Amino acid sequence: MSSDYGYVGIKLHEPPTRQWLSRLHIDLPLLAGLLMLAGAAAVILYSAGGQKLDVLIRQGTRLGLAMVVMFTFAQIHPRHFRMYSPALYLLGVLLLTAVLLIGETSLGATRWLNLGIVRFQPSEMCKLSMPMMIAWYLAAHPLPPKFRHVVAAGILILVPTAMIAKQPDLGTAFLVGVAGAAVLFLSGMSWRLILGLAVIGAALLPVGWHFMHDYQRDRVLMFLNPEADPLGRGYHIIQSKIAIGSGGIYGKGWLRGTQSHLEFLPERSTDFIFAVFAEEFGLLGCLGLLGIYLFILGRCFAIVVQAQDSYSRLLSGALTVTFFVYVFVNVGMVIGILPVVGVPLPLVSYGGTSMVTLLAGFGILMSIHTHRKHLPR
Amino acid sequence: MMIIAQPRANDETDFTVRWRFLLLLLLAGMAALVLRAVDLQVVNRQFLQDKGDRRLVGVVPVPAHRGRVLDRNGELLAISTPVKSVWINPKEFEASPREVKALGDTLGISAKDIQKRAADDGHSFVYLKRRMSPELADQAMALNLPGVYAEREFHRYYPTGEVAAHLVGFNNIDDRGQEGMELAYNDWLKGVPGAKKIIRDGKRRIIEDLDNIRLPVPGKDLTLSIDQRLQYLAYRELKKAVLQNRAKSGSLVLLDAQNGEVLAMVNQPSFNPNSRVKMSGGASRNRAITDVFEPGSTIKPFGVACALELGSVRPESQFDTNPGQMHVGHNLVKDVHNYGVLDVAHILQKSSNVGMTKIVMNLPSAKFWAFYNNLGFGQPLETGFPGEANGRLSDHQGWNAFEQATLSFGYGLSTSLLQLGRAYTALANEGVMPMVALLKRDRPGESHRIMSVKTANTVRTMLESVVTREGTALKAAIPGFRVAGKTGTVKKTGARGYEESAYLSFFAGMAPASKPRLVMIVMIDEPSAGEYYGGAVAAPVFSSVMEGALRLLNIAPDQDSGIQTALQDGGI
Repeated sequence: MSSDYGYVGIKLHEPPTRQWLSRLHIDLPLLAGLLMLAGAAAVILYSAGGQKLDVLIRQGTRLGLAMVVMFTFAQIHPRHFRMYSPALYLLGVLLLTAVLLIGETSLGATRWLNLGIVRFQPSEMCKLSMPMMIAWYLAAHPLPPKFRHVVAAGILILVPTAMIAKQPDLGTAFLVGVAGAAVLFLSGMSWRLILGLAVIGAALLPVGWHFMHDYQRDRVLMFLNPEADPLGRGYHIIQSKIAIGSGGIYGKGWLRGTQSHLEFLPERSTDFIFAVFAEEFGLLGCLGLLGIYLFILGRCFAIVVQAQDSYSRLLSGALTVTFFVYVFVNVGMVIGILPVVGVPLPLVSYGGTSMVTLLAGFGILMSIHTHRKHLPR
Repeated sequence: MMIIAQPRANDETDFTVRWRFLLLLLLAGMAALVLRAVDLQVVNRQFLQDKGDRRLVGVVPVPAHRGRVLDRNGELLAISTPVKSVWINPKEFEASPREVKALGDTLGISAKDIQKRAADDGHSFVYLKRRMSPELADQAMALNLPGVYAEREFHRYYPTGEVAAHLVGFNNIDDRGQEGMELAYNDWLKGVPGAKKIIRDGKRRIIEDLDNIRLPVPGKDLTLSIDQRLQYLAYRELKKAVLQNRAKSGSLVLLDAQNGEVLAMVNQPSFNPNSRVKMSGGASRNRAITDVFEPGSTIKPFGVACALELGSVRPESQFDTNPGQMHVGHNLVKDVHNYGVLDVAHILQKSSNVGMTKIVMNLPSAKFWAFYNNLGFGQPLETGFPGEANGRLSDHQGWNAFEQATLSFGYGLSTSLLQLGRAYTALANEGVMPMVALLKRDRPGESHRIMSVKTANTVRTMLESVVTREGTALKAAIPGFRVAGKTGTVKKTGARGYEESAYLSFFAGMAPASKPRLVMIVMIDEPSAGEYYGGAVAAPVFSSVMEGALRLLNIAPDQDSGIQTALQDGGI
């Protein structure tokens, strides 16, 4: 990663805008990346949502709210995040327990707590509180962590993950688990241990199969052979592949995607929005969209590398990894190289729940970057 | 507590290693996505596009315009008009109460009804209104409500309604012939459906027409032999007579005597082919073709013709019918009165069963049978009409004397009304019997000589005496025209043989008798208003329909002092 003005610490040489933005704790490159993504999202959502302005307005409102959350989080000093990490984690576990006991069921899954005014999904909160907690725990001890700390962290990761998987919400459980595991990995746990866990994990796959719900097994089987039931359970994957392939190199043009517009493609404004994009904008569009994600991820990397303490570094690293996994799992599913898991395309898919969490995460990253002590190295 | 983050050097290296490892993974992941996108969008693009197009583009049939049914003068009897049906998909239907009301007003159904149908969430196809005018359907579509659709169909309309319903028939909901000529000539009328390419969406709805693969070939028109004016006239008079006589049913056929074309064919009860909801089972039967009965006295002219043709009697031969009854084997043949000694003409005029028995008693059975057989009794009509009945003429080898006798006055054989009409054309047409036809002929049809000109003319002259004050059918007379004909009053057969008070009343006749152009048979089934003799019940129908037909067809009167004579004879 290249050097940075702030890192060098000569404030006088900073451009006036940078100074001004730093005071507001806003990271300009990250914000620019996110706004580019929001722009692309507006274009494709207008098409996928049936060219209705109210879809855009609703999504825009959500984005605005999430931006407010992001800017608010950016103002909070990382030490406060760290201070409240255990409390947030505990609150998350408590709320997950409440969901399992008194949660609201919809579409066969119990994920929501009804707070009277709003329905709240505690598992979303865990996407943040999980890496915060593990980073807090591991950073409190010398790194690399000792074996017992790894074991303890492992338990801290498994409890909420298992609770979310029980709802069942495999997609979120996976993301939450990944967030925790990323902290463990970055903290320097031994490679041998990682290898050992990987082997055990592979050995436990059949056991996991045993505990899966039927629909989850179907999804895996369909992923392996979608043509087995082209009109039934394989339909999503096949239609999605057809839509993407129909786009070709240059795409069919904005609002001209037949496969997606004529209702062949299911869930086209939510989980499968990437297929709509690919049909209308082609391979070049896909490269562009992935390029925006890569730009954001690159900026995140820079932030991670420049983080000045273990907690910040571990947390920002985990958030970056989670964001990437988000993109990879969604696009991989739509494009047919991963099984169907209910993970939206971050900041592009229609829907508000994940957007707040995602932008809150970016708020934390901005906070970490803009609250650095500007010490000459 | 605050730990100042200054990681140790080896930590730093380790973190960098791990971080680079993650970076590598990330780039590998992105590369995998890009490679897959290239795989789908470049390598497999054609394959996937074709697959998509196959889901998108379909071929659907285009209904062909069914041919019209016309009468002999080109008047419409059946025509297909384009209509539209409006339906909704309740799963997609969305409308404010005001919009629902507007939709209901356009379609002529209540808003409540629409709401009820839209609540049927289990289906994705519910008709709101079928077969309405395309303009109204287009108005409804212009409201632009989601989930409302229109489809094009053809509606078969029968301008003459119940008047020609039995002959023309009708179609089922899929526009396929179900009864009558619509069924008999379905292949001729139906045409060949076309095919068009369409675009449809994921819910199999047609979004857009692309182009025609094959234009539909319209069906061909079918021209019937009937004359709509005569059909109306016959229908009106028959219906009136059936009502007046409180009869169960009735039929009438009017034939062109020279070429056998059916000019009118009506039945009672009838039905409205445009709205068959109230149709009862029997009403759809074209009784004139599908039902058979014993012809009774209307067959007597043929017994006489046979005897004359074979030379066993001469017109002036005298027969003693005293005392009005006679034994044949173990059976008794009776007349209504004792007519004493009668010549052949008077046997027909008085309709004497005893006289007829004596005329045919000595005829060779085989020749008697062959004569009837040639007249078409028991033989198919070959009109192609669905359900055409052949009647029955039993083989002469089993006949005893009584059976031969009964055949002379119309019992022991059965015939349809049209078969009887066909036989009468032989008498009308100087001994030559044409094939009957329900379709208009552009050249003369096949015909057969059944008897000599002399025999036919002799019998016809005798039949003129029936329509006089002395005969049984004065009421069949028409001012200005000479009429020849024969009445019939037949006891109906029930479950236990002949019934005492149930009759069929007939009149079979032709006009103008000097050179007949038209033959008509009238049958009234179970008249129950008092009168039941053919001369009282059926003959008046003959007279009024035949009179009108002769006028409509501009046939010249053949009786100079026509009106006067009729008045002298007792008036109409």
